[in-house]
Amino acid sequence: MRKMRRKGLASMAVQTVASTTDSAAANSVDLGPAAALSCRECGHRVPLGPVFACEECFGPLEIAYDFSAHDTEELRKRIEAGPANIWRYAPLLPVPADVATKPNLNPGWTKLVQADNLARELGVDAGKLFVKDDSGNPTHSFKDRVVAQAIEAARAFGFTTLSCSSTGNLAGAVGAAAARAGFRSCVFIPHDLEQGKVVMAAVYGGELVGIEGNYDDVNRFCSELIGDPAGEGWGFVNVNLRPYYAEGSKTLAYEICEQLGWRLPDQLVIPIASGSQLTKIDKGLRELIGLGLVEDRPYKIFGAQAEGCSPVSTAYKAGHDVVRPQKPDTIAKSLAIGNPADGPYVLDIARRTGGAVEDVDDGRIVEAIKLLARTEGIFAETAGGVTVGVTRKLLESGALDPSLTTVVLNTGDGLKTLDAVAGTGLTATIRPSLESFREAGLV
Amino acid sequence: MSVTVRIPTILRTYTGGQAEVAAEGTTLGEVIQDLEKNHTGIAARVLDDQGKLRRFVNVYVNDDDVRFEQGLETATPDGAGVSIIPAVAGG
Repeated sequence: MRKMRRKGLASMAVQTVASTTDSAAANSVDLGPAAALSCRECGHRVPLGPVFACEECFGPLEIAYDFSAHDTEELRKRIEAGPANIWRYAPLLPVPADVATKPNLNPGWTKLVQADNLARELGVDAGKLFVKDDSGNPTHSFKDRVVAQAIEAARAFGFTTLSCSSTGNLAGAVGAAAARAGFRSCVFIPHDLEQGKVVMAAVYGGELVGIEGNYDDVNRFCSELIGDPAGEGWGFVNVNLRPYYAEGSKTLAYEICEQLGWRLPDQLVIPIASGSQLTKIDKGLRELIGLGLVEDRPYKIFGAQAEGCSPVSTAYKAGHDVVRPQKPDTIAKSLAIGNPADGPYVLDIARRTGGAVEDVDDGRIVEAIKLLARTEGIFAETAGGVTVGVTRKLLESGALDPSLTTVVLNTGDGLKTLDAVAGTGLTATIRPSLESFREAGLV
Repeated sequence: MSVTVRIPTILRTYTGGQAEVAAEGTTLGEVIQDLEKNHTGIAARVLDDQGKLRRFVNVYVNDDDVRFEQGLETATPDGAGVSIIPAVAGG
């Protein structure tokens, strides 16, 4: 019976694509304020379903909401009285109203650290620099936010297996969330990922498959699997559930503004892998403005890449509005997507807001990881080294204003990428005596 | 030159639900023209108004992304596999 239901709902995906009219089956899905899927390129709308690309133009489908019922002050009070996790923002997410009662990792509400020591080192005014530290999530990266949305969509569409293509962090987030929520998981990663990420993905007991190739090869494989009977009935969080999954990154924008006292930051520095996170943070900020929860004033969004995988930065600097894929070669493997799906939108947003897209080499990434650790006690993974390194570079070039409120994202825990700082270790090895301690020059 | 083309789910309305179809052509551009002959309307989904690959479509000839090769001029040897894949996945 369960199998039949799963197959029936999976086939709904095909029907949804084929039909441009709302179907009763699709509209019976309860995902809160989510009203439909809308193509970001051409505006073509389809009912909610496990589909991700527009049948007209291949553009990305994203959630269209109905927020008309919200009174601004009532919404603010409801959010502030909500749980200390992303579900405080449930009225703004594609999830059912009772989402907080369902088995989920309940990520979010991570620390916004006022980074005065780092600010001093970088020449930023006191009280103006903040690090949004998402290493505090259940599996130690921001991916828990997006997977939490995908889990609810997977439940709504009747999937029982969760899958994804991953650079590592997502694999762990899917494995953990699937374990908690009672799904089977089977995830795909490049075979040569950092050991920490492989262990963190495998420990939750799901199936973990290494693909001989880079992330883009893994992603291609998953995109083909989804159209094959072998992948029938699978919810790929970042493929056929991507419209729902991606919305989880909006919660970073919501939290940052709420933690700043319902105020927009002036400048944000955000890492770019596929570019989805950056585009959804922008969407979240615009939603808060539209709902009247923050004052409508300008903000600038800056994207950060590693030089060894910088297709968006390269396109930005060349003045292009399309992104030419690259073959990644960087220690920042969580950002090593050579063909970023949302790259063109990142370019649009950086230009629209007056921001920029910049990159740093691997040496500067390592320096930045150590700088953040030394100044603020935050051990970032390589993606955090990229954002801090790019922040430094943008301050040096004058692109970032040191007198304005700036939020830098750290999206993952340094324990996952220990290899990047492998040369860091003991100051000295001594005998257990005071004499030896003095001889080592440590007094 | 005869090749096998993998069709993504969202284009299978043009191929009668078939996930794979055969096509002829010595380059990707010719293969797409041949697909259009047998599956009318499919070319306009893959190509934009200027006749270029749409920016959210990835096409592979065997294992090679044609954007790293010669785009629509990429050679399609006899027996090659061509995959058309939506680009908006991943991340």
